[in-house]
Amino acid sequence: MKTTLLTLCLTSSLMLAQERPVAFRGATIYPIEGAPIFNGILVVDKGLIKAVGPAASVTIPTNATVYDVAGKVIMPGLVDTHSHVGRGNGGDASSALNPEVRILDAIDVRSTSFMKALSGGITTVNVMPGSGHLMSGQTAYLKLRTANTINDMLFCKDPLNDICGGMKMANGTNSIREKPFPGTRAKSAAMVRQLFVNAQGYKLKIQAAKGNIEKMPKRELDMEALVQVLEGKRMVHFHTHRHDDILTVLRLSKEFGFRIVLQHVSEAWKVTKEIAEAKAPCSIIVLDSPGGKLEAVDIRYETGAVLEKAGIAVAYHTDDGITDSRLFIRSAAFGVRAGMSREKALESVTIAGARMLDLDGRVGSLRVGKDADFLLLSGDPLSVYTHIDQTWVEGEKRFDRANPEDLKYAVGGYDVYGTPESFDACEGGLQ
Amino acid sequence: MNIRTLFLLVLVPVFVQAQIAVRGETVYTMAGPPMKDAVILINGTTIERVGPASEVTIPAGYRVLTAKVVTPGLVDAHSTVGLAGIFNVPHDQMQLEKSEPIQPQLRAIDAYNPKEDLIAWVRSLGVTTLHTGHGPGALMSGTTMVAKTSGETVNEAVVTPNLMVAFTMGSSVSRNFKTPGTSSKGVAMLRQEFLKARDYMKKLENKDPEKRPGRDLQLEMVADILRGTVKALVTAQTAPEIAAALRLQKEFGFPMVLDGAAEAYLLLDEIKAAGVPVILHPTMVRTGGDTKNASFTTAAVLRKAGIRFALQSGFEGYVPKTRVILFEAAIAAANGLTMEEALRTVTIDAAAILGLEKRVGSLERGKDADLALFDGDPFEYTTHVCTVVVNGIVVSETCK
Repeated sequence: MKTTLLTLCLTSSLMLAQERPVAFRGATIYPIEGAPIFNGILVVDKGLIKAVGPAASVTIPTNATVYDVAGKVIMPGLVDTHSHVGRGNGGDASSALNPEVRILDAIDVRSTSFMKALSGGITTVNVMPGSGHLMSGQTAYLKLRTANTINDMLFCKDPLNDICGGMKMANGTNSIREKPFPGTRAKSAAMVRQLFVNAQGYKLKIQAAKGNIEKMPKRELDMEALVQVLEGKRMVHFHTHRHDDILTVLRLSKEFGFRIVLQHVSEAWKVTKEIAEAKAPCSIIVLDSPGGKLEAVDIRYETGAVLEKAGIAVAYHTDDGITDSRLFIRSAAFGVRAGMSREKALESVTIAGARMLDLDGRVGSLRVGKDADFLLLSGDPLSVYTHIDQTWVEGEKRFDRANPEDLKYAVGGYDVYGTPESFDACEGGLQ
Repeated sequence: MNIRTLFLLVLVPVFVQAQIAVRGETVYTMAGPPMKDAVILINGTTIERVGPASEVTIPAGYRVLTAKVVTPGLVDAHSTVGLAGIFNVPHDQMQLEKSEPIQPQLRAIDAYNPKEDLIAWVRSLGVTTLHTGHGPGALMSGTTMVAKTSGETVNEAVVTPNLMVAFTMGSSVSRNFKTPGTSSKGVAMLRQEFLKARDYMKKLENKDPEKRPGRDLQLEMVADILRGTVKALVTAQTAPEIAAALRLQKEFGFPMVLDGAAEAYLLLDEIKAAGVPVILHPTMVRTGGDTKNASFTTAAVLRKAGIRFALQSGFEGYVPKTRVILFEAAIAAANGLTMEEALRTVTIDAAAILGLEKRVGSLERGKDADLALFDGDPFEYTTHVCTVVVNGIVVSETCK
């Protein structure tokens, strides 16, 4: 057994491919699914979690590289349910409804925003097109692995045949624009309903063909994606702020039977009962102050706590560049500040988000067999003074604060981030 | 009890406490090392006494407030709230007038809305003094003022009207105006304006009153900058913008405060040599546009270089509509400043740059009774601001 002190600080190249097991011992481990483990051991091998538990119950493999990390904290890599990292884009101004458009066709894997996200502990991210459309396109669920092309980052295996993300939708003011966009809220809903009615018709034609290729309807990319939505295979991530807009989303979801994650839901605290009845999970954001747009005037730090008390699933997101990926974990701390339990707050940046992306079988907690995505922190995850020392993705160290080349992404500085991300694309509200 | 307090007694009796004793487990006076178990006595609008609980007897009849941590009320060295409103619609965005690029005569007091929701918001998070007013985006957009975060009218709130004139260097001005279309044109226009004002001042000295020019509000304000009675608050983020600002200041010799200064770390010697203080961008400013090279560590770098500086909430064009200096200082404290150094940037050091260090920014006898009470380390994410006192009046009592 080879013991290496953390303070010796391995160069990241040493860790590029995980050829032998790695073990961390002495840390406080938050497995998320399960109580915190004091003086715990985490063993990872071939990109997966091999063992996690108290020191007395875990045997470290003899060929493992072992790090003594007493005083440190280990928790799963963070899951960001709504982000605009990667310089991607979605539908254009020719239509308000773009179900056939995939953001994965536009993401730049070399964007420094991915390093920024890793420095903030994010290992899984739902990258979405903006909210300036009723339906701006298909989102991409990404793992922040070392990547040469987008395929290296996708969760799905085959972007031509697999479902690689969700569907981004929006209501309220962002998507109300000049024709061909809707001019009112009712028109917004009517346009979405007509689209789904068309998709139901397309789905019926497919069913009627009973597998006979001759009888299949002509391929329509937009309809194919919407059938996936109708069948519950593709999650709808629905940008919505105001209480009445939230109820519109619930109404649409009920009418067409699609699965939803309510995104932002600034006024969720006003319609908690309705959200709970619909069992709709909420992906929310912490803004330092309310306002900046009419729909966000009533946003509250307390939303997470209110939703928790109502038994509603809650995750935080960055909406990066609206908030900064480097400080994502701050969201959970603000949840606690405003009344969330520590347990649910830590879940809200890990497993709760993973469930909203249908990825909880692979990420979001430290469980044997799941992906070896984890963070090494200098202390309590919810303290401002704590730093993320290391971010590991599938057994590979992707960020190390002790390495100046990595540290710069955590703090910024001259020419660190290169060409800045487009702020306008973030919420889509600034046209 | 003064007339103002009496007036408030009638209007909002629940907020009024003429005599208060605040006892804190840790008190950061900012006028010496932190004190353990200390008491601050407030009588009327000012601080009567600060000392260890063992030495200070709380007089009968004083309302006693307790807290884990007590700090001076926070001083936001540069904001736009009160002119910039929560809704972000044209009718509540009074921080930038786009008809002309040079309008120093626009006074902040003529636009400040003391009932603005964002003021109550930052107040509930410990801010008691605001340096606010016209925003960035014009060569000279108008004046700034200092206000307390309480008060029913601007007259009640104002501490210093027309403290500074807000300048902006760089190409961002060209987004709002056809001319200047470049940053060098902007500098040329500013230089010409100062020369015009010099000429105006000279003509005012003419022995023959008949030959003196008529009053020109715009040139009067520029002349006040040249005379040093009003300071120039020059927003300059990139190194070329900062260098241009320093050049302008050297040429005309006016009192200047450097604002934003995202790339200040590139020009430490130059800034230090010029002797200008810096009101640094919010620590969490977005790394895009002119601030794309901002760093969490710039506050620590300025501190180490011995440059006087404070933190600001700044201006935000979208969400969040304002930042909160308590949170900005917290991130600075996590990135190289000590906890007390970070606290200075939003209390006494901010007050000093505003020329108000004798009134606010520390807990000392005779100073304004502005306090923030916390249930833990002020900078911890999970700590709450539980009570805020402005001018001896408890204005917020909900832990937030």
